[in-house]
Amino acid sequence: MTATVDAVRERATPARGRRRTTSWLAGFAQRWAVFVAAVAVWQVAAASAASAFFPPPSRIAQQVWDGWLVGESGRPLLTDVAIDNLLPSLGRMFGSWLIAVVVGVTLGIALGRSAKALDYVGPLLAFFRAIPPPVLAPVFLLVFNLGTPMQVATIVFGVIWPLILNSVDGARSVDPTQYATARAFRLPRRQWVFGVVVPAALPKVFAGLRVSLSLALILMVISELLGAVDGLGYQLNIAKSSFDFPAMWAVVVLLGVLGYLFNSVLLVVERRVLRWQPGRK
Amino acid sequence: MAAGPEVTSDALRKEGAATPMLRVSGLAHRYGDDPGVAAAIEDVSFEIGAGELVCIVGPSGCGKSTLLRAIAGLHEPTSGDVVLHGDRVKGVPDDLAVVFQDYSRSLFPWLSVEKNVAFPLRSRVGRAERRARVAEALADVGLEGQGAKYPWQLSGGMQQRVSIARALAYRPALMLMDEPFASVDAQTRADLEDLVRRVRSEHGMTVLLVTHDIDESVYLSDRVLVLSKSPARVVRTLPVDLPAERDQITTRGSAQFVELRTEVARLLKH
Ligand SMILES: Nc1ncnc2c1ncn2[C@@H]1O[C@H](COP(=O)(O)OP(=O)(O)OP(=O)(O)O)[C@@H](O)[C@H]1O
Ligand SMILES: [Mg+2]
Repeated sequence: MTATVDAVRERATPARGRRRTTSWLAGFAQRWAVFVAAVAVWQVAAASAASAFFPPPSRIAQQVWDGWLVGESGRPLLTDVAIDNLLPSLGRMFGSWLIAVVVGVTLGIALGRSAKALDYVGPLLAFFRAIPPPVLAPVFLLVFNLGTPMQVATIVFGVIWPLILNSVDGARSVDPTQYATARAFRLPRRQWVFGVVVPAALPKVFAGLRVSLSLALILMVISELLGAVDGLGYQLNIAKSSFDFPAMWAVVVLLGVLGYLFNSVLLVVERRVLRWQPGRK
Repeated sequence: MAAGPEVTSDALRKEGAATPMLRVSGLAHRYGDDPGVAAAIEDVSFEIGAGELVCIVGPSGCGKSTLLRAIAGLHEPTSGDVVLHGDRVKGVPDDLAVVFQDYSRSLFPWLSVEKNVAFPLRSRVGRAERRARVAEALADVGLEGQGAKYPWQLSGGMQQRVSIARALAYRPALMLMDEPFASVDAQTRADLEDLVRRVRSEHGMTVLLVTHDIDESVYLSDRVLVLSKSPARVVRTLPVDLPAERDQITTRGSAQFVELRTEVARLLKH
């Protein structure tokens, strides 16, 4: 029976495929038109103003290219600066994020299925969530001194709350009838957890993943601005102290691009994993 | 299948002649701890023999679903006992399947139709056997070729049949069905009624089925259990002495059938 469905799909592909490509292009143009126009306006305005503080986008792009992507060495992909700063930054960010995801999602799902435990720790969660994450960076700076542990602690502690809270919500969203069904068929514990609770929680978990990933980027920079010996935030500090505005803007643009990229990748993963949801493509 | 339906119900009518498969005695259920809340069911008692097909009819909201859930061990009754195979039910007994009234929410939306049907079998039977049972059950309910779809891509009646297929593929000793044909068209309903009668004799299943439809309760069952208005009590247990071999047209046209359905309707008026 799968064969028939596939056959129908296959026969329908060519015409629909072409139409989909053109409509995708149209959608792409529509989405980026305003962005491109804004950059163009910025270029013209900055070039005519000729302010040292606001270099034109072309100058910033040049700086990103020379400083981070290719450089004088002519070696493509990454400059030494990039390898020495971008990679440690990303390593700390994703390492910390992954720690927070594993701990936060596991804890959140466990809490979400236990009303009693949630009664106890609910107020604690609400309190921690209310603390603006960046304010903990100076505290961890004193506790751990300068370096990776301080940065990891800042990021993990900052991003774990949306992960826990969203996972709690997700785990609680298992329908009572689904719960009764699982019990009536006497599903083994593993199958109940990984076959019912986790899939039911996933939409909410993904919401938490997205929030926490963008938070992780923010906290990565903040922790590096406060104290680091390498990293994007460190490079921003160096550029600032030498009044190198194009270099500062280059870091800003780089961060924007990275944030956009990470979110897009996560969205693609989410779309694949949650394909089953009604109304998704 | 040593005992045919007639034999079983005959035996049950003689007090204590056979040990019943299921005995419900003095069952009461009240939602919540507040004693001021009216009970959903009150003092329900009956027995069902192995291989019997018993229908439960009663006014809407009288507590039929509550009764079924208590029998399935899904909630602890406020008082009274459910005894299955001689053991008091505490928690969900093994070898039991439930078709929930809320069929659409009892399916798992992240699993395809096939996988939904196979889901309870995963830890119980091997892959090949599982695949065969799923295919058979889906064909039985008229959903061959729909296995790869997700439940939300099906109509309500089709979803209801998926949840029936899931229970059939499980091949339980005791099948509890809560208004299982409520959302399907008349022809499909007739087919499913005949399917349930066929499957229970093929697999020696005991079936307890809740329905709103008086004709259906008579056509399907060996006995009809008529419940009172809320809180539910058993008004009467009516033996259905129709021949075991039933046919949608001739059986429903017989004088005996008409007499029985009139009797059930009369009892429901109380
Ligand atoms: N989860 C619940 N919490 C509180 N009260 C409930 C709950 N479920 C059912 N009730 C109440 O118990 C009574 C019986 O409900 P039940 O669902 O068993 O009736 P029913 O006979 O199955 O009705 P229907 O024929 O409409 O399906 C009703 O008065 C209902 O309001
Ligand atoms: Mg009901």
